[in-house]
Amino acid sequence: MTAPMTPVAHRVVERRQETEDVVTLLLEAMDGSRLRYAAGQFNMLYAYPIGEVAISISANPVGDGPVAHTVRDVGTVSHALCGLRTGDSLGLRGPFGSDWGLDTAAGRDLVIVAGGIGLAPLRSVITQVISQRDRFGEVEVVIGARTQEELAFRDEIEAWRQRSDLSVHVTVDRATAGWRGTVGVVTTVLPRIHCDPEAVALMCGPEVMMRFTALALLDRGVPASRIRVSMERNMQCAVKQCGHCQLGSSFICADGPVMTWDRVEPLLEVRQL
Amino acid sequence: MNTIADELANHRFFAKIEPDYLQVIGGCGRNVVVPSGTTIIREGAQADAFWALRTGRVALGVVAPGRGLQTLETLHAGDILGWAWLFPPYRWHFDAEALDDVHAIVFDAACLRGKCQADPALGFDLTQRFASILEERLQATRMRLLDLYGQPNPESRA
Repeated sequence: MTAPMTPVAHRVVERRQETEDVVTLLLEAMDGSRLRYAAGQFNMLYAYPIGEVAISISANPVGDGPVAHTVRDVGTVSHALCGLRTGDSLGLRGPFGSDWGLDTAAGRDLVIVAGGIGLAPLRSVITQVISQRDRFGEVEVVIGARTQEELAFRDEIEAWRQRSDLSVHVTVDRATAGWRGTVGVVTTVLPRIHCDPEAVALMCGPEVMMRFTALALLDRGVPASRIRVSMERNMQCAVKQCGHCQLGSSFICADGPVMTWDRVEPLLEVRQL
Repeated sequence: MNTIADELANHRFFAKIEPDYLQVIGGCGRNVVVPSGTTIIREGAQADAFWALRTGRVALGVVAPGRGLQTLETLHAGDILGWAWLFPPYRWHFDAEALDDVHAIVFDAACLRGKCQADPALGFDLTQRFASILEERLQATRMRLLDLYGQPNPESRA
């Protein structure tokens, strides 16, 4: 990482429209440097001249491909990022924050639960796990979305489903025309999956979804210390200085975004936070 | 050969139930195979049975004119289809259609209601199990009402 507060100019080398309001940008540094990162970390993307926003890395950290970020158009900066085209430039600071800790999960089963755009930081994990498949036990992937139209990485998910070494469960909250898959919230899928109490669980999605998912995983015997979640807060400096992302005594930009459930749960119970 | 009671013992819904109850309940059940595409229950019809799903998926929903079945929930192996048989006036509130070939144990509701009336402890046990399903589905429905995926984190100003 270069000076943490100095953005490095990057160019969009590919743009993929995932859904109506979600775009994946593949980026390469204009100075030719390569970003080293771990699955779960995030970068600060600077849409010139509008501003910066924290976006998780959605690419496989093991490999030579460009760094990828999947952005949902929800505000001024993300709207500008989603409007970028191939060849456009932007600033990038990072990588920042904690990662999914896949090295400490080696040899264990994995339960990966993603809700909505929460699939983006977990795509990084799933692609890494696929590329290092022998390092892990059974892998269950549960993906929830509001509708099939709002499901990002659809072609990739279909490819994952074809693999015999992954169990992939996709569920939508609302069936739209042509959907023949499962309808129901992600928590309803959990009782049906293989879930050894020795497994490591990784999840990302809306906080309410994660709360109920964590409860379901605890019911299956997975201890809170082995349930890892990726938190979203208003990261601005990304270097534990500005306090915008502070949650209790934790700074999500540096202590997170990936944290274990035993640390996160007490914080989510404080309504003022 | 497995008896119905043996098969029920391996079904999630009947986990940890008294073995004696399995024999009694099993007496009201039989194995069925429902071909894919079959309408298993129809809204408004007499609710005279329920199904313990062993394999296959079932879509639960409402039929809208010209739009077919609008799926509200998908049930899988280990799930129970149907609780309207428990409460008067014993009418189905939804349609259910087999999405795959479904293997299930179907229970005669009148038979089971009779056994529950004869043995209130059995009735209480079964009612608790169905109440647990109702609670699970109510919670799931509440989560869907929150429309979680549609709301960006209010803390985020992206």
